[in-house]
Amino acid sequence: MSATDLKTDPAGPAGSTDSYSSIKQPTLSPAVRLGIFIGAVVVGFAVVLGLSSYNTLAVIIVAALVYMVVIYIASRIVEGQRHAVDRLVTGMVTTFFLLALVPLVSVAMTVISEGYKRIDGEFFTSSMRGVIGAGGGIMHALQGTLIITLITSLISIPIGIFAAIYLVEYGNGNRISRALTFFVDVMTGIPSIVAGLFAVALFASLTGDAGFQAGIVGSIALSVLMIPVVVRNTEEMLRLVPNELREASYALGVPKWLTISKVVLPTAIAGIATGVTLAIARVIGETAPLLITAGYIPGVNLNPFSGQMTTLPVFSYNQYMNRGIPPEAYVERAWSAALVLIVVVMILNVLARMISKYFAPKTGR
Amino acid sequence: MSKRIDVHDLDIYYGKFKAVQGVEMTIEPRSVTALIGPSGCGKSTFLRSLNRMHEVIPGAYCEGEVMVDGVNLYGKNVDPVGVRRKIGMVFQRPNPFPTMSIAENVLAGVKLNNQRIKKSDADELVEKSLRGANLWNEVKDRLDKPGSGLSGGQQQRLCIARTIAVKPDVVLMDEPCSALDPISTLAIEDLIEELKADYTIVIVTHNMQQAARVSDKTGFFNITGIGKPGQLVEYDATEKIFNNPNEKATEDYISGRFG
Repeated sequence: MSATDLKTDPAGPAGSTDSYSSIKQPTLSPAVRLGIFIGAVVVGFAVVLGLSSYNTLAVIIVAALVYMVVIYIASRIVEGQRHAVDRLVTGMVTTFFLLALVPLVSVAMTVISEGYKRIDGEFFTSSMRGVIGAGGGIMHALQGTLIITLITSLISIPIGIFAAIYLVEYGNGNRISRALTFFVDVMTGIPSIVAGLFAVALFASLTGDAGFQAGIVGSIALSVLMIPVVVRNTEEMLRLVPNELREASYALGVPKWLTISKVVLPTAIAGIATGVTLAIARVIGETAPLLITAGYIPGVNLNPFSGQMTTLPVFSYNQYMNRGIPPEAYVERAWSAALVLIVVVMILNVLARMISKYFAPKTGR
Repeated sequence: MSKRIDVHDLDIYYGKFKAVQGVEMTIEPRSVTALIGPSGCGKSTFLRSLNRMHEVIPGAYCEGEVMVDGVNLYGKNVDPVGVRRKIGMVFQRPNPFPTMSIAENVLAGVKLNNQRIKKSDADELVEKSLRGANLWNEVKDRLDKPGSGLSGGQQQRLCIARTIAVKPDVVLMDEPCSALDPISTLAIEDLIEELKADYTIVIVTHNMQQAARVSDKTGFFNITGIGKPGQLVEYDATEKIFNNPNEKATEDYISGRFG
């Protein structure tokens, strides 16, 4: 076979060149698609404003519907069935993504626009002692939240991590470990108020005082909520550590406890630390159990073992529910406390990401 | 440094399942012993039972005797951790510790056991072990970089360096080249030839040319059927096994008639 044969006869019969040209198809240019998108948004605004007053959700829905119908028809004509379905589904998925964002963005906007008013020096440096009406601050609540969360973490993190180590490294699916897994699953689902009532009942029987309220009671209640989260997460992370690493360590004559503490835990530490930070973020915003365990006082109390202790969520609740005169001052404090709480949770989330990046096993040459 | 291993009537179980039955074998010091046979015949299981790594798997246990230096590894009051310090192991897939640098990986056996070691001694041990594993020249400029950044073949030699750094008497290798390319395989085979001077080496391999190249004696494992225990069919000098085996099954396997 000569070279010319190869050139003129690449794939057999004459029709084959046509089949290759058919993979080139006309497409809707980005400009046309942008035009359809803008048109849909305009129609959305027009329809909504024509029928009633402005409403973001309604605009998104109408614009999305119009966009999907038009893009499907246009694409069907120009590009054919397959591309039309692709564009329709892409539009649908994007719409649902935007709809999922609506409540998130809306909450953030509301909290910021309502909460910024009291973000000032006084708000962070004073408590509510002796404050009637405007002024006052969240210093006592911030301190209370930090103390109670710190004690909760000190209780929950060791218990949670050690329980997970038992489940993964020692349990081997025996009866105790199966029971433990079952109860952890159940505990993950208990309503937070139940945890609060449990802590109250526990301390009532310990102290003999049925109305005993203190920071430590709140910490115990939050621990009941936090431990299962830490156990679950740590368990998942430990199971991700390849068995080969454990075997490599055993084969070097390293005992089991050193293998766990020096090979398994360091390998999983990034995930564990991230999970713990997110668990803290989860309990720091709990309101119901703290309302009945730690209570509310207007002044600073740094002793978790005696006297009531205010936390941020309870402070926010209290300001909103028990308004004095003028009521705006109380509502503003409630919103600002909520804003501070969100920022704290956000900082914890960022911290979790940084921790996981810092601890992650390093790769590269 | 190297020791003779006498295996006597060894049965190996996974729970109720008997995986290997009645192994009789004497492994000479300063030699390379290859174990060959079809998949699932119990070669790796047998290898893991030689340093009590078998029982790491839940429900797994052994019956019988493995005598090293007059001590039965499965006797009373024998600490499996102590056994593993004397009898090291290299695995099929390279598994350097991802949280450690190259030097730390070599020192893992020392560091993980909380032993204190002087900086100068540590440096010496790292160099000696890496030279022993033919890896020193490739990594000497980046000892503090992560071990996971090396190529597969380098990682496997790092694992060998890690194993010989704890100064074992015996090195067990479970298909050490099956995840490597021919050039890395050659490097490891050369290394096995050198290590033979100081260590007793037992190697499981699926590559019969490799067994013929590196080993002094060869053991052929086989199973009679699915669900039946594996057995040591024949154990003899490598030349004899490959040229003139006593058993028909061995000849069939070697010549590629099955397996």
